[in-house]
Amino acid sequence: MAGRSHHPRDRGWLLPFITGKLENAGSLAVFSARFFLHVFVPPYEPGEVRRHLDELGSRSLPLAGITGFIVGLILAMQTRPTLFRFGADSFLPAMVAISFVRELGPVITALIVAGRVSSGIGAELGSMRVTEQIDAIEVTGIDPYKYLVVTRVVACILLQPLLTAIVNAIGLFGSYVAVAIESSMSWRLYWDSVVHSLTFADLIPGLAKTAFFGFIIGIVGCHQGYTARGGTEGVGRASTSAVVLSSMLIIFADMILVKITVLLWP
Amino acid sequence: MAVIELRDISKSFEQHRVLHHVNLDVDEGTTVVILGKSGVGKSVLLKVVIGLIRPDHGTVQISGQEVGRLRVRGLQALRRNMGYLFQGAALYDSMSVRENLAFALTRVETLDDDALEYRILGQLRLVGLEDAIDKMPSELSGGMRKRVGLARALITNPHIMLYDEPTTGLDPITARDISTLIKDMQERYRLTSIAVTHDMLCARIIADKAAILNNGMLEQQGTLEYLEKSGDSVTRSFFASE
Repeated sequence: MAGRSHHPRDRGWLLPFITGKLENAGSLAVFSARFFLHVFVPPYEPGEVRRHLDELGSRSLPLAGITGFIVGLILAMQTRPTLFRFGADSFLPAMVAISFVRELGPVITALIVAGRVSSGIGAELGSMRVTEQIDAIEVTGIDPYKYLVVTRVVACILLQPLLTAIVNAIGLFGSYVAVAIESSMSWRLYWDSVVHSLTFADLIPGLAKTAFFGFIIGIVGCHQGYTARGGTEGVGRASTSAVVLSSMLIIFADMILVKITVLLWP
Repeated sequence: MAVIELRDISKSFEQHRVLHHVNLDVDEGTTVVILGKSGVGKSVLLKVVIGLIRPDHGTVQISGQEVGRLRVRGLQALRRNMGYLFQGAALYDSMSVRENLAFALTRVETLDDDALEYRILGQLRLVGLEDAIDKMPSELSGGMRKRVGLARALITNPHIMLYDEPTTGLDPITARDISTLIKDMQERYRLTSIAVTHDMLCARIIADKAAILNNGMLEQQGTLEYLEKSGDSVTRSFFASE
């Protein structure tokens, strides 16, 4: 069998592509490490953190809330017939609660926020980079990384558990709506079943991993924007790549965190 | 005595050589204008001076301190003594004019609200824009943005100013107004300055000395009168374009 021959031009794009991806990964790793060097060093800019919390939270909550409600509704509608067939429909609140609190709520919220916030941060900082606003901060003797990046990433880390808790509650309400349409279960009975089915081993890992997701959303958005090049086209690239990369990293991190959670809380 | 000293500065981006063995001295209280065509590396030269871009070779000394050897805190302290007017003014577009001016000032000095407002209004009055204090950058014309950029650069009372194409994109009348304003500020605060431009009108108003940047090298340095008499074709082309 004849071996496949590679035209020199085939390798021409592959090597720069791989090198580019590796350079970007290295740059993101260094950029992330800088965060831990800066976050505990004053000045802390609490006003900026509060402003970002307010802005990012209000920007994400409506979409994340609506998505959580619909997913909760669909989850209950899809699983009820199967559980009913086995006479186990009374377990529906517990099943929805555990799946929402441990997995669906954190991941759905993180992916929605990645699409909304990470792209927004990427576009905002990218625009500041190409219009020399970041240079303008630097020449006034202020560290732009500290002022622009650390404050946004801290806001994302604080925001994500709060948003996830709200989306979990909305999602559980959504599943109750589906249950109430098809059965006579009261809200009180539904809620009691939810509360009794959940333990700290469900709540804590579910919320703790959202802080990691918040870090990923913030740092990826900031990195893509902060290192943007090439005018308005570069801003667009920064925004898009922030969503793609942060979504991928969230799913990858979730896989690892689920494994750790299962090991710690079997 | 030279406040800014550039020695043997070279800078390339990949294969493209931008600066090649550049030497320049700027004496205290004087303004040197770097003339050059678009894209010859004038802005790169200014960014090398303030430490935003590291040169591949050579040293920059400002007030006796070598910029390349300074650590982060030292460089921040040095920059607080310098002002920079960007080509597009680089106003923070999420902040009002007031906040743009307050941003740097509140991090350099501790001021109460009244003192802060007094300083901001005073600075805006100098550039003739006190009425624009609550406007957002998107509401300002090109000339107004340059004026606010100038006010922002000067509000921390720097001793050194760097101007990147201060009149680019402005009509001739506004360009003259901005150039005259820069000259007034220089005389008022006795600033040591470098301005890069290709606008001869601006150069004539603000320059004590000038130099031509061509092919990465600083050719022909001296007063504008001296350069005007030069036989060099690039230098002559600048004066011929007036």
